Amino acid sequence: MALTWETIREGDVLPELKKRPGVTQLVKYAAGSGDFNPLHHDFQFPQAKQLGSIIVHGRFKYAALGELVSNWLGHAGRIRKISCQYRAMDFPDREFVCRGTVTRKWEERGERLVALAIWTESDDGKKTTPGEAIVALRA
Amino acid sequence: MAKEFELTDEMRKAIGSASPPWTYEVTTTSVRAFARGVGYTDPVYFDADAAQRAGYRSLPAPPTYLGTPVFLPGRSHEIFSVPTEGQPIVKHGLKGLLDGGTETEYFADVCAGDTLTVVSRLVNLEVRESKALGAMLITTQKTTYTNQDGEVVAVQTGQAIYY
Repeated sequence: MALTWETIREGDVLPELKKRPGVTQLVKYAAGSGDFNPLHHDFQFPQAKQLGSIIVHGRFKYAALGELVSNWLGHAGRIRKISCQYRAMDFPDREFVCRGTVTRKWEERGERLVALAIWTESDDGKKTTPGEAIVALRA
Repeated sequence: MAKEFELTDEMRKAIGSASPPWTYEVTTTSVRAFARGVGYTDPVYFDADAAQRAGYRSLPAPPTYLGTPVFLPGRSHEIFSVPTEGQPIVKHGLKGLLDGGTETEYFADVCAGDTLTVVSRLVNLEVRESKALGAMLITTQKTTYTNQDGEVVAVQTGQAIYY
């Protein structure tokens, strides 16, 4: 059944989305996004050598948070706004989990809106990419 | 790692400057490539019939994807694919680069078949200290995406960190 504004409650938890991007996944993301920064695929790149590894694109994590919200919403509405901050790095072949909760629900100019807190959590429990989203429900 | 960094008048002058418009394409291939790159399994981003059943004109751009800048050799950035001509330039000399944060506001659907005209504006420069990275320059860029019907479909604000 499609998600509706009426049935959403503040405090609802979104189904989590697990990600464990390896180098190949990051290369696919580079091609899909057009971001070919070698920091995300070339272990010999000076900045990667300095860090001891390549790192996951911040924007990959942003896009994964987009996927989290999209999967939950199931096209029963539209994302109006989505944001995040890249607070710490994530590394390839390490799991991170995308999570979200409903923080607010309100009506504004005839639109049925819901605000979400969203974030990625690394395997050491660190919230590396906290963010927010606002979605408008169709019904 | 830079120990000290100060904004110069020349850098401050760049605040407010905007790029010339550039074309970003949203195609079925580019939508699928982005969705595949993120790891989506939702057929709406891959299959035109599934997209239409879900109420879209054609394959929708996944959240956080706003088309791919048309790449022209010599006029586009080799690494980031964005246009290089006439972009706001801040000559800071810092070598390290990290992404700081991104916010996207949507005003309409973006779907395969759309051609977006994109203008990016430098809206802020700020110097901050980090224990790990030393002096950092944080640039804030606001990018406006307008579709083929003249409708602003999205505005994206992003921070880049130079150190």
